[in-house]
Amino acid sequence: MALTIREDAGSLRQADDAHDPGTEALSNLSTADVNLFDRPLVVIQPNRSWSAFDARELWAHRELLYFLTLRDLKARYKQTLLGALWVVLQPLLMTLVFTVFLGMLARVRPPSGLPYPVFVYSGLLPWMFISGGILGCSASLIGNANLLTKVYFPRVLLPAANLGTRLLDFAISLVILVGLIVIYRVVFHYQVAPTWRLAALPFVLALMTLFTLSVGTFVSSLNVKYRDVGVALPVLIQLWMFTSPIVYPPSYVPEKWRTLYSLNPIVGLIEGFRAALLGTELPILAITFSASFTIIALVCAAYVFRRTEKGFADVI
Amino acid sequence: MKPILRVENVSKEYRIGTSPPSQRTLREIFTDTVAKPFKWGRNGLPAHETIWALKNVNFEVQPGEVVGIMGKNGAGKSTLLKILSRVTEPTTGRIELYGRLGSLLEVGTGFHAELTGRENVFLTGAILGMSKAEVRRKFDEIVAFSEIEKFIDTPVKWYSSGMFLRLAFAVSAHLEPEILLLDEVLAVGDMSFQQKCFERMKRMKERGTTILLVSHSLPAIQRACGRSIFLKDGRIAAIGETSLVIPQFRDYMRLSQQTLPVATASYTGITIGEFEMFGADGQSGRKFQFGESVRVRIKLHASRRIDFPLINFGVSRSDGVVICNFNNWYDNFKIDYIEGDCSLEGWLPPFRLIPFRYGIHVLVWQSGAGYAQEDLSKLQPLAATQLGEFAIEGPSLSEADGVFQEPARRWVFTRGSHRIEHSDIDADSLIRAFGETAQLAEGSQRAVTS
Repeated sequence: MALTIREDAGSLRQADDAHDPGTEALSNLSTADVNLFDRPLVVIQPNRSWSAFDARELWAHRELLYFLTLRDLKARYKQTLLGALWVVLQPLLMTLVFTVFLGMLARVRPPSGLPYPVFVYSGLLPWMFISGGILGCSASLIGNANLLTKVYFPRVLLPAANLGTRLLDFAISLVILVGLIVIYRVVFHYQVAPTWRLAALPFVLALMTLFTLSVGTFVSSLNVKYRDVGVALPVLIQLWMFTSPIVYPPSYVPEKWRTLYSLNPIVGLIEGFRAALLGTELPILAITFSASFTIIALVCAAYVFRRTEKGFADVI
Repeated sequence: MKPILRVENVSKEYRIGTSPPSQRTLREIFTDTVAKPFKWGRNGLPAHETIWALKNVNFEVQPGEVVGIMGKNGAGKSTLLKILSRVTEPTTGRIELYGRLGSLLEVGTGFHAELTGRENVFLTGAILGMSKAEVRRKFDEIVAFSEIEKFIDTPVKWYSSGMFLRLAFAVSAHLEPEILLLDEVLAVGDMSFQQKCFERMKRMKERGTTILLVSHSLPAIQRACGRSIFLKDGRIAAIGETSLVIPQFRDYMRLSQQTLPVATASYTGITIGEFEMFGADGQSGRKFQFGESVRVRIKLHASRRIDFPLINFGVSRSDGVVICNFNNWYDNFKIDYIEGDCSLEGWLPPFRLIPFRYGIHVLVWQSGAGYAQEDLSKLQPLAATQLGEFAIEGPSLSEADGVFQEPARRWVFTRGSHRIEHSDIDADSLIRAFGETAQLAEGSQRAVTS
C-alpha cells in the first residue's frame, strides 16, 4: 500500500509526546482548524511501485514494536512454574543429552581440545536463536490474524517482535555460556578463553539477527498463503540442524564435501560465533558467504514481504 | 471548506468461489494441475468468479461531520472501513486523508488474555496508534472510564466479559484522532455504560472529530449523523441528509425481500404441501399493498384419517410476536376429516399491517371428537411449519407506529358550540394522507429516537 506520511505527522506525534500543550491546542481547535494539512497526510491507493520498507513509518511505530515484544515475552512464560528459567534450561538439557550421547558414547572430539559441553552449548545457543526465530516468525502473522484484519501497522513488526523476544532469551543464555567457560577454565583448567577474535562478536550477532529476520519474514509471508510451510518447516529445520556444525565440528565433514558444506549459511554464523567466544579459528570465507547470503536474503525477503503484505488481510 | 477525507472512484475486487491460485495449498495445486484440462473455462482461462465488494465509490467528508453508513450485510460497509483503515488495499481508486485516522473496528482487538489490564491498556494503545506518553497521561482517565480500578493488575483472562469489553472500549474511546471510524461498537455493556459511550462520542464530536459510523441501528444513525451514505451492492445508492437517506434504505429493505422457498414438514401423518398467497389481482406472490385483501391456499396430505382438524394460519412480526391468527375453528367452519390430498383456501381480511416483512406459519391440530367447546381442551398438535415471509408495501410508517393502522369509523370535534364531524373515512384515506411520504417517515423516526 502506497502511503506518504508527511513530516507534519512526526511533529504532531512529538507534540503529543511533549505532553499537554500540543494536544490541548489540538483539542481546543475549532472545526475549521482541524484541517491542519494542505496536502493529504495519508494517501491510500493501490501500490504499483517496487518500494522497499518505509523507514520513517517503521520509526514512527517503534513503540508498537516495543509493546509487541513485551507482550510476546510476558505471555510466553506466564503460568509456568519455572518461568524464564526455561530459557536456560532448554539449551542446558539439550547440551546434557548431546554430551552423553555424542560426547561420551560416540566420542565426538571438538577441535583444539575444547570441552565437548562448551563446544555443543556454544553451537546450540546461536542455533536455537536462529531456528527458534525462524519458527517463531513463521507463525507470527497467522497467530495475530485478528490484528491483521482489524488494524493497520507495518506488518513486519509482528515477526520482528517475535525475534525481539528471542534476542532476550539469547542474551540470558549467553551469560550461562560465559559461566560455563569460566567454570571449565578455573575448575577443569581447560584452555578456553576468548581472544582478540571477541571483537568479531557484534558483527556475528548482527549477522545472525539479520539472517534470522530475513528468512523469518520470508517464511512468515509465505505461510500466510501456504500453510504447508508451517507444517514442513519443523522437519526442514531438524534436517538443517544436522547439516550444520552444531553437535559436531565441521572438520568431521569429509574434505571433498567441505566446499559444498560451507554453502550452508549457518556454517559461517555458528563457527563465527564460536571463534569469537572460544577463540577457535575464524572462518573468514564461510562468514563472507553468510554475509553475502544474508544481504541477498534481506533484499528478497523485504521485496516479497512488501509485495504480499497488502493482501494478508484478504488471504489470512 | 476543504474536505478532511476524500474518496475517489474506490473499488475493491474479491475473488470468490474457487480459491484463487495464490491461496491454494500445495496439494491443491498438484490436484488442480492434474484436473486442469477439465476445469478451464471456454476461453482457456482458469474459471474463477470475482465480485466487486465496492464499485466506484466517491464521497467527501467535511471536518467535524458525523457521517452514517448503512447497508445490508455484504453491501460493502466493512470493506469500505477496512480500506479506510488501511487493513486492505483498494483495487482501484484513491483516498486522501487530511488528518490522523483511528478506527474502532472491533472492541478488544489486540488484547492478550495473559496480560494484566494495565499491560493491555498500553499494548492496545500502541496498536491503535497512541504513543506511550499519551497512554500514560490518559491512563487514570481510561481506568476510571472502564470502572475496573480494582482489577487493573489482574490478567484479563480472569475478567468477566463485561469488564473485558468495558476496558477495551475505554482504551479505544480515548483515542483522539481527527477522523474516527466506528463499527457497531456502541452496543457494548449495560445501559449506563452505553450512555457513557454516547456522551464520549458527543464530546469528540463537539471537539471537532470527524466520525464515520457504521451501524445496523437506524435510531443510532438518526441520532448521531447529520449526513448518511446508503451502500447497496458495493455502490452508493443514496447519500445526503440522514432524514432523507433513511427512508430510501427502509424502502429498499422491504422490497428486497425475495419469495422464500416453502418448507415442508412431515410427522404424525400430516405433510404440509405447497403454500401460496394471492393478491387482490389473483396473482401468486409475497408482496402486497397496504390494505390489500389476501387469499391463502395450502395443500395438505394426510396419510391417515384425521378427524375434526383445526388449521390455523398465524402472522408474526420480525421479533416473533404473533400478530393475528386465522383458523377454521374460531370461524365455526367445520371440517369433518382430512385424508389423502386436501387443500384449504382462505380469503383473509384486508391487511392493514405496518409496511414491513412478516412471517406466516401454519399449525394443524386435531381434536378427534368434535368442534364443541369442551373439545378445545382435547386438541393435539400435529404439525407446525413456517411458510416463509411476505412483505407489505405502502405508506412509510415504521414499527414505532405500532403493528397495524386502522382508520377510525367516525371523528367528532367540539369547541364551545362549534362542532365538526367527520365520517367520510375509507381504506384509501391513509394512503392519501401519505402524499408527503418523506416528511411522514421523518416524523415517525423522530418517534423512534426520542
